[in-house]
Amino acid sequence: MPEIRSPLPGTFYRAAAPGEPPFKKEGDAVAVGDVVGLVEVMKSFMEVKAEVAGTIARFLVENEAPVTAGAVLAELEG
Amino acid sequence: MAIRRLFIANRGEIAVRVVRSAKALGIETVQAHSEADADMLAVRLADRAVCIGPAAAKHSYLNIEAVVGAAREAGCDAVHPGYGFLAENAAFAEAVEAAGMIFVGPSPDTIRTMGDKAAARAAAIAAGVPVVPGSDGRLADVAAAVAAAEAIGYPVMIKAAAGGGGRGIRVADTADDLRRLVPQAQAEAQAAFGDGGFYLERVVRDARHIEVQIVGDGSRAVHCFERECSLQRRRQKVWEEAPAACLDDATRAELCRSAVALAESVGYRGAGTLEYLYEPASGAFFFIEMNTRIQVEHPVTEMVTGVDLIAEMIRIAGGAPLSLRQEDIRLTGHAVEVRINAEDPTNNFMPFPGVVGTLVIPEGEGLRFDGMIYDGYAIPPFYDSLLGKLIVHGPDRGAAIDRLAAALRTLRVDGVKTTAPLHVALAADPAVRAGDFHTQFLEPWLAGRSLAAE
Repeated sequence: MPEIRSPLPGTFYRAAAPGEPPFKKEGDAVAVGDVVGLVEVMKSFMEVKAEVAGTIARFLVENEAPVTAGAVLAELEG
Repeated sequence: MAIRRLFIANRGEIAVRVVRSAKALGIETVQAHSEADADMLAVRLADRAVCIGPAAAKHSYLNIEAVVGAAREAGCDAVHPGYGFLAENAAFAEAVEAAGMIFVGPSPDTIRTMGDKAAARAAAIAAGVPVVPGSDGRLADVAAAVAAAEAIGYPVMIKAAAGGGGRGIRVADTADDLRRLVPQAQAEAQAAFGDGGFYLERVVRDARHIEVQIVGDGSRAVHCFERECSLQRRRQKVWEEAPAACLDDATRAELCRSAVALAESVGYRGAGTLEYLYEPASGAFFFIEMNTRIQVEHPVTEMVTGVDLIAEMIRIAGGAPLSLRQEDIRLTGHAVEVRINAEDPTNNFMPFPGVVGTLVIPEGEGLRFDGMIYDGYAIPPFYDSLLGKLIVHGPDRGAAIDRLAAALRTLRVDGVKTTAPLHVALAADPAVRAGDFHTQFLEPWLAGRSLAAE
């Protein structure tokens, strides 16, 4: 199953700001380069982009949860 | 009442710094930490450590209830806030006092007043301290702008009353410019903000960021001279020095006197910094704001005056009067501090958390390193990137920069990328060595070169 991983350690956010809709929900289609979340690392925000296309099967990390580098954030269905 | 047990409500290098000074004063130390910071250096050095919450700062270092509760639970009689986090939060200072403890810093009222830009500006004017001249409010039309600019002096900036972040700012060098640019600025502000209101402010050309360190005990205040922090990237200071090489003795004396006047006029207690813009061509300085806490760059002041600012803060908070007389505070030599951040200067300063490998810290005469790292330390990604500060002192500015260059050749932080290569390049740069820079110097300088080879 294709996965989206965190490029850096930090804090994972599913939306651009509190109260805003998430970048992607489970069941949404993603294209290569789509932003699926943000990782805050040392007060800088980095976009997490999909490197493969597919449909989001599920998120494995909750909004605002700490993540390690390489942690699987979401799984995709081909 | 002297402080016996101090709670350190911060992390990183400043927590280490506070623990060391407090221990030297014979005070017991209790270090706060988040779940992600259990291994940090200050936790290892303090007498005790208490977990105050999860990694996210808003649930730990920024959680007033958790911090105050932990400090009280640990039987502390005082709380040192460090810098950042809750250090300039009046509600936090109030909560500490309401829990029967001492806040190591100024009163909540002083934090509130000096933390508000308009109130701080009014306090400065009342104390006779120069501020950036402006129209003090909205102007009705072009004629009012021309009249106001006569009093302010050219060049002036036309700023949108509803604007922010520099949008819609225009600079007028003459009255003719102003007549031409005001209608444009009004139209643009109307379109952007739905409000065409504008005001004027004097332009400070080639502004240098100069700040005066003061210490007060609530009635009397002294200054510990000034620092220059003009080398900034994205408004973050990267290189700081003391004294400011661009000032002559008469201007320095006047600047420092103005800072003491303002500190005494507000009954300032503790260590604080008054920030100014200095215009080299006119020799004029203008107060812009006050920081009511210890600052990151305080060590350069300590190196040129010999004053332990943290110890003085703690003694004053414990009820002692200022131990320093102005005539005893002397300026000796020159000091430079550079910030060693876990960032990759060859890749747009991308944060670089990781595990510290071999660590070599330069030591010797005129060298100091205020850090938070040790061999094997895993730098958490949840907080800022400051790993430590390399501080050098020499008999004069050139000697200090030579010592910095040599120290940077020794410094080794394996396992992560740091900003050290930036400082190597700055220390070798002819303009930096000549002291020929201002607050807008560093970003174009960075854009014009690659640090990759360093």
